Amino acid sequence: MQPTDISNPDYFHKVVDCQWACPAHTPVPEYIRLIAAGRYDDAYMINWKSNVFPGVLGRTCDRPCEPACRRGRVEEEPVAICRLKRVAADYKSDAILERVRLGRAPSNGKRIACVGAGPASLTVARDLAPSGYEVVVYDSAPKGGGFIRSQIPAFRLPERVIDEEISFITELGIETRYNTYVPSLNGLLDEGYDAVFVGSGAPRGRDLDVPGRQEAAANIHIGIDWLSSVSFGHIKTIGRRVIVLGGGNTAMDCCRSARRLGGEEVKVVVRSGFEEMKASPWEKEDAMNEDIPILNFMVPKTVVHEHGKLAGMTFEKVKAVYDEKGRRNLVPTGEPDEFIACDDVLVAIGQENSFPWIERDIGIEFDRWGLAKVDETTFQSTNPKVFFGGDSAFGPKNIIWAVAHGHQAAISIDKFCQGQDVQARLPPDTTLVSQKMGIHEWSYDNDIRIDLRYKVPHLEKSKALSSIKDEVELGFDVELAFKEAQRCLNCDVQTVFEPKLCIECDACVDICPVDSITFTENGEEADLRTRLTAPALDLTQDIYVADGLKTGRIMAKDEDVCLHCGMCAERCPTGAWDMQRFLFDMAQVTPIATVAKEGVAA
Amino acid sequence: MTYLPKPKLAHPELQKNDLGFTRRDYEGSISTLCAGCGHDSISAAIIRACYELSLPPHRIAKLSGIGCSSKTPTYFLGNSHGFNSVHGRMPSVLTGANLANRELIYLGVSGDGDSASIGFGQFSHSIRRGVNMTYIVENNGVYGLTKGQFSATADRGAKNKRGVENMDEAIDMVGIAIQLGATYVARSFSGDKNQLVPLIKGALQHQGAAFIDTISPCVMFNNHDGSTKSYDYVREHNEAVNFMDVVTGRNEITVDYEPGTTEIVRQHNGGLLKLRKLANDYDVTDRVAAMNFLETRKARGEIVTGLLYVDPDADDLHGFLETSDKPFNSMSDEELIPGSAALEKLNASLR
Repeated sequence: MQPTDISNPDYFHKVVDCQWACPAHTPVPEYIRLIAAGRYDDAYMINWKSNVFPGVLGRTCDRPCEPACRRGRVEEEPVAICRLKRVAADYKSDAILERVRLGRAPSNGKRIACVGAGPASLTVARDLAPSGYEVVVYDSAPKGGGFIRSQIPAFRLPERVIDEEISFITELGIETRYNTYVPSLNGLLDEGYDAVFVGSGAPRGRDLDVPGRQEAAANIHIGIDWLSSVSFGHIKTIGRRVIVLGGGNTAMDCCRSARRLGGEEVKVVVRSGFEEMKASPWEKEDAMNEDIPILNFMVPKTVVHEHGKLAGMTFEKVKAVYDEKGRRNLVPTGEPDEFIACDDVLVAIGQENSFPWIERDIGIEFDRWGLAKVDETTFQSTNPKVFFGGDSAFGPKNIIWAVAHGHQAAISIDKFCQGQDVQARLPPDTTLVSQKMGIHEWSYDNDIRIDLRYKVPHLEKSKALSSIKDEVELGFDVELAFKEAQRCLNCDVQTVFEPKLCIECDACVDICPVDSITFTENGEEADLRTRLTAPALDLTQDIYVADGLKTGRIMAKDEDVCLHCGMCAERCPTGAWDMQRFLFDMAQVTPIATVAKEGVAA
Repeated sequence: MTYLPKPKLAHPELQKNDLGFTRRDYEGSISTLCAGCGHDSISAAIIRACYELSLPPHRIAKLSGIGCSSKTPTYFLGNSHGFNSVHGRMPSVLTGANLANRELIYLGVSGDGDSASIGFGQFSHSIRRGVNMTYIVENNGVYGLTKGQFSATADRGAKNKRGVENMDEAIDMVGIAIQLGATYVARSFSGDKNQLVPLIKGALQHQGAAFIDTISPCVMFNNHDGSTKSYDYVREHNEAVNFMDVVTGRNEITVDYEPGTTEIVRQHNGGLLKLRKLANDYDVTDRVAAMNFLETRKARGEIVTGLLYVDPDADDLHGFLETSDKPFNSMSDEELIPGSAALEKLNASLR
């Protein structure tokens, strides 16, 4: 193998699995250390800079970071990264108001319109406004937030959290035009905007197409529309018996909301198997804890109605059969259809993009799925003035993706308005600094122990089910937050090897608790992976290779399950191993000062 | 200085041996020796050897004297019996323990000071009596605990850290051990576990006095230019006579090896040593030839390593003395104290 080029920012970034997996690349271990140190404001600012909605995401994020977490590979469960983020938001002080007031450069005369006031648009607005852009945000709803506000029930995300974090953005001098539906993109462009960002989401819920649907329409509701009506207080009750169709997070929000609005027998029915459901495991768990059964392998067949009123639904029972190519087919089992009586049905079987307001003759090309053609790096459409992001770019995803899109689109809009090449992207800001304080002393806590994940306290069930607004999760208290934060392995504190100093004494090999280090003859990667102290079978994890040793061998370190405990560096007599903190900061339009780079590690 | 314990978290794919133990189960407390000490590598090699042989930790007794090396039994086999004895007196404590309970596996760990100076006599006599043990000397050529004075195994002409030459002749522990009748004698290097681990495994299986001289650089006081026990010097002058594999019952040799390159030695207890010859004319069972070879090569400045001598049919002290098969702790009071009549009878037989 070729020696590893550790000067490539991607190499160490990839070792920080959580940050690498995060679409916005939030420096997770850095803010977790700050939480452990009780520096909630600093932890909040790191998040705010990177993901804009720490309080919202700390309750609702899809958490791509957690399945990636290294703690999950060496122990049972990952660090509760998402809920620690919430801790930063819950315990920040009022001083945060000063820090999010970024100030504003004098107007640069450029006007930007954002369509939709969801997370993508608001991210664009926050990134652009401080540099002097005049940003106008349109939304048909009476308040900002988009799906954050309309789709996520208040018992999961209280309104005050949304209001606060949206106000942080709107107070940067952004003009909001709520209750304003944009009927024509062409019309908007005619208003003289220098660029338009489309962040209008995927607002159309997929409908059910089975016999009887129309006849019983009065009691069959599209999930996202229903949630929105609940959110804005238009709907306050539902029937006693409710069927929720669909296996995604929207279905979970629907069934749990229904339980709080009078639904006593609420059932979720999914076509697929329980395991293949799209909903996050923890959301399924929360639903089941509220006495909501999830019935799987049942395909909706008919809506049964009597005297023009919904009576129930019949379902065909199926099983999954895989063909030789591994594709799944749902095949009837031959069992009799099952009838489930109900008073209301909530349909949460997917959502779609919908752009009736975008003219097809203004230079924006659409693909056959009705999505605009959008550059995956720049988020620019085929009309150079128009940018897309969030769910409206590549279909329904989640908040953290919308934020990531927003940052990149903002960079593109900035470059476009300044007449620069949109394709030329800004490099990340990285630093790599030794954490050595003395013999056996590091500036981070390297005492790694077996330590199982702590549970977030919940509101008592009977109380939770009696209110649509009372938040179910109470969040970690300070003590639990500290304990959970201590589970973080500090994967951003990198093991950096200097071959010139190595005397090949094997001390690091002997001490490494997870057998990550090997000194051996070089070879092709496939062969080398089998010859290491512990075979390196996870091909997604890199091997750190260094040559230049006296014996002509190489040092090969499997990054996979390294605990970042620093034992190798502690036992190294020559300092060939060092623990160095790697900070990776994504480029943004406006460099926002958060915390001084020095001395953040606690 | 604080020493954090080694994290208990292990590689998720860590293998288990026949007893269901992982290698980590054979570890001890965290080492408090200097970072980079060769002794730590020897500890790691002992851990691997015991793990790979699936030895029950509670059937092993580790004994040591005084010195850096004699501290190491704390750092391996945390679930085994241990005895940290007086300076240089490990061999007699081991001999006594072995006579009282022949069923344990005895591992003596000592250093060049403990065995070649203050305990030289004890070392010699335990070897010539053929005590069934694995005697490992962690040989760094200096007194590390007292800041690096030459020990009795330092080579004549070697320089200390301040550049002063050693004028005394070195005691060659391997030569002495062969001469005094050790029946399994090896030399190795802490920086080469591929060689060291099988040698320890072979010694643990050997029935009789097994001795391993392990050169173990002292990073603090004996790893400089002019030292003959530094990592660099040993690597440069290391001449292995063979490379050994220990074959346990499960994977007995079925393949025929090309004659002259591989030699199979079956030890008394059935264990097989598979030796890949590196020095063609070397006969590992020829004691006199071994002594000659060692002297010749030493004169050339080579450090000969590998399995240097083995007597596959060796017996041990219990065999020589025809002692009871039973350890004392499993004998009844009547067996242990047969009474005055038995004493009378014994005395009469000697008159």
